[in-house]
Amino acid sequence: MKVELRDPDKIMKLSRLGSFHQSKLSFLRSFLREFKDWEYKRDLFDLNKFGHGLAIYSFKKDDRVYSLICFANELNEDERSDRVIATKWDAAFTLHDGVPSKNDIERLKNEVPKQEVGRLSYKELTLSRANKSLRVFNHVVESLSNGVQPDTELLLKVGYLYRTTAVYGSGKFGLADRFRIKNREEIYGPFRLEMMLVYLVRQFTFDQVNHVAKSKNPKKAVNLDPVICRKLGIGNSTGLGMAPFIVNHPTLLNNWIHARETALKEIREIKHIKNEHSNLFKLCLNKSIKNITSWNTDSKYQQEKIKSLLKDIKIFIDFLENKFDFSKEFAFDKIYLWLEKNLKEECIEYVVSMMMEPYDDIVNPLINKMSSEEEKYFNIPTNRTVSQLKTILEEKYSKILNIDFSKNENNQNFWFISKNKEEPRLADRFEENGSELEQPLAIARDIKKLYENLSLHKNSSTIDRFLLSNSSLRHVIRRAFIIEEFPYSEIQDNTISKSIMPIDMLRLKLSFFGALKFDPRSDKWLRICMFQGAPLPDQLKNYDDHWVYS
Amino acid sequence: MKSLSEIETVSKRSSRAVGYSWGVAEEIGKNIRMLEMFGISGIKNLNYYFRIKKKKEFEKVNLISKKNEITKLEFCPIVAGLNFLDQVRSLETLKEIKFEKIAFPLLFLPFISRASEVIGKKLELNIDKRLFLLNYNISIYSNSLNEGIVDIGNTVSIKFQENIDSFKENEWEELYKLSQKTFVEENESSRSVGAGSGLTDND
Repeated sequence: MKVELRDPDKIMKLSRLGSFHQSKLSFLRSFLREFKDWEYKRDLFDLNKFGHGLAIYSFKKDDRVYSLICFANELNEDERSDRVIATKWDAAFTLHDGVPSKNDIERLKNEVPKQEVGRLSYKELTLSRANKSLRVFNHVVESLSNGVQPDTELLLKVGYLYRTTAVYGSGKFGLADRFRIKNREEIYGPFRLEMMLVYLVRQFTFDQVNHVAKSKNPKKAVNLDPVICRKLGIGNSTGLGMAPFIVNHPTLLNNWIHARETALKEIREIKHIKNEHSNLFKLCLNKSIKNITSWNTDSKYQQEKIKSLLKDIKIFIDFLENKFDFSKEFAFDKIYLWLEKNLKEECIEYVVSMMMEPYDDIVNPLINKMSSEEEKYFNIPTNRTVSQLKTILEEKYSKILNIDFSKNENNQNFWFISKNKEEPRLADRFEENGSELEQPLAIARDIKKLYENLSLHKNSSTIDRFLLSNSSLRHVIRRAFIIEEFPYSEIQDNTISKSIMPIDMLRLKLSFFGALKFDPRSDKWLRICMFQGAPLPDQLKNYDDHWVYS
Repeated sequence: MKSLSEIETVSKRSSRAVGYSWGVAEEIGKNIRMLEMFGISGIKNLNYYFRIKKKKEFEKVNLISKKNEITKLEFCPIVAGLNFLDQVRSLETLKEIKFEKIAFPLLFLPFISRASEVIGKKLELNIDKRLFLLNYNISIYSNSLNEGIVDIGNTVSIKFQENIDSFKENEWEELYKLSQKTFVEENESSRSVGAGSGLTDND
């Protein structure tokens, strides 16, 4: 039986993309699989009794070494902020390519803590900073220094000791350009070095908290129980900075979604499901419920989604246990069709992620296809005709072409880059200044405009002639030819409408990162947790790949 | 040192700031990245061009022809380059294209390099006495590198080079014969087990 890939018109709606969950394809999980055989080492740990100083961690294999350099600094209470406008953090980090020399460390000591206003070099690959969850960190220090383990309930409610507020890579602030490293096999797959940084930072937070507790009370202090460590991840505050990324990298977005859709299609096409596979699917599903029940958020929007997810999962498990027979042919296809008919998007996508768990043979080959050589698709095929371009728009943007942009509510917002921090922002076009400096992120509106202008030209005219009088639409002409080849390259929604939920765009990206427990703090930023439950570095050699649900 | 990613982003945003559309600004960003990667002064020329552009008008050439002459002002290198790139498939038959007075011609160069990739032919760009051989946007050969700012190209020409060998047939034969010395003489038994042997291919 041949199953079609799901329709981009349906999957690329923001409400659906904003319902995606982590899966075996997620970057943090594929990072762990790739680096599990590498030699992990804590090379240097030179902190004072307050936990301030320098630490270096590395992953090494053959001649290749990646070193995380951590600078932990003193920070006054009133200086601690997760906002992007902050200028100081509890700790700052960079991932260095190779073993850093003394000169490198001296250079980086001055630059890394300054983050966006510092300068890095081609020898550095990623850059980040993080703040303590002060309440949790202090509680852990207090407990450990008194020789007792901390209150796990409190720890699990927060989920981390530190949260990062940005992770930069790919040439930002002088960091190495991707072209310098893209041929390294271990980093095929997007954001692998960003994942490495976050993973090693997690270990630093455990080592630091142990060190501070020990310094406080050397005779009595105990280390944080590794079982508890494992239950903690790294938090992350994410704002709109992430949203334009998925619009600005259409072929990359396509490759992420295409991998997910291909995995689902191939799983639905399996005629006979082996018992071991159906059992693993059911096991992961049942175990995963605790990830939902321990998902804390004050956001009414997310609370509703969690409530609905939990309700739907229970309905699904009941269906699976009492009304479904896995020995039927194409069982996963039947499950998927039942989900679409009976449950909501949040649960459908949750189960889709879960379906991948038994199938390394399907998922693993797809991971290396999730990067993109974007430059290859930059040139516009200007010898194509107006008629051909119109057909592409009619086929690939059919819903978008129905939007009436003369209505204010469909044209309400504009995206811009803030002057003080060079970060993307969203504002009301009719209330705030600056819309003349709008970023090219109103793709739906510009595609509609392109379609209208094409209709004024002869069908046989070529695009090079059309461009002579339509230069302002060049950016969307490029995109239209990209979507012809990459069906999942475009969000099929209006990113400037009054009803836009920007956190759906963040959620999409973060789900591919492998984030858990999305906690929206407004419609424009959210907190997440990464690597919660993941094996510690010294457990990597032999770990269960389904750790997310254990 | 600035990364190529920073160079591309700043070039793109500054191009938008001086009035180019976002789509054109994206092209300029990619071009300046490419120039800097090949060691040609992209940032310097773009910066200086934008400085001059505030005070001075430039002429726009829309449909490129065999000879492109100015009416009064110098040609804008961006518009000329972009239209050359967009129209290159239909320009190929002209063999050689000439422009009179292109301002800041090094900003024109990356469009020609990209055009070379689009049509799969090497292009020879002459800017007065400077020669650039543009090889499918993979490499650039030139007698004029590290020149800094070049504010005018009085006579600019682009020649389409045919895809022909750069060597004579007898030179090829000589090398080919040498390469044959790596082959081993076959015998009857090895021939009988070669691909397709003993079978008819029409089953």
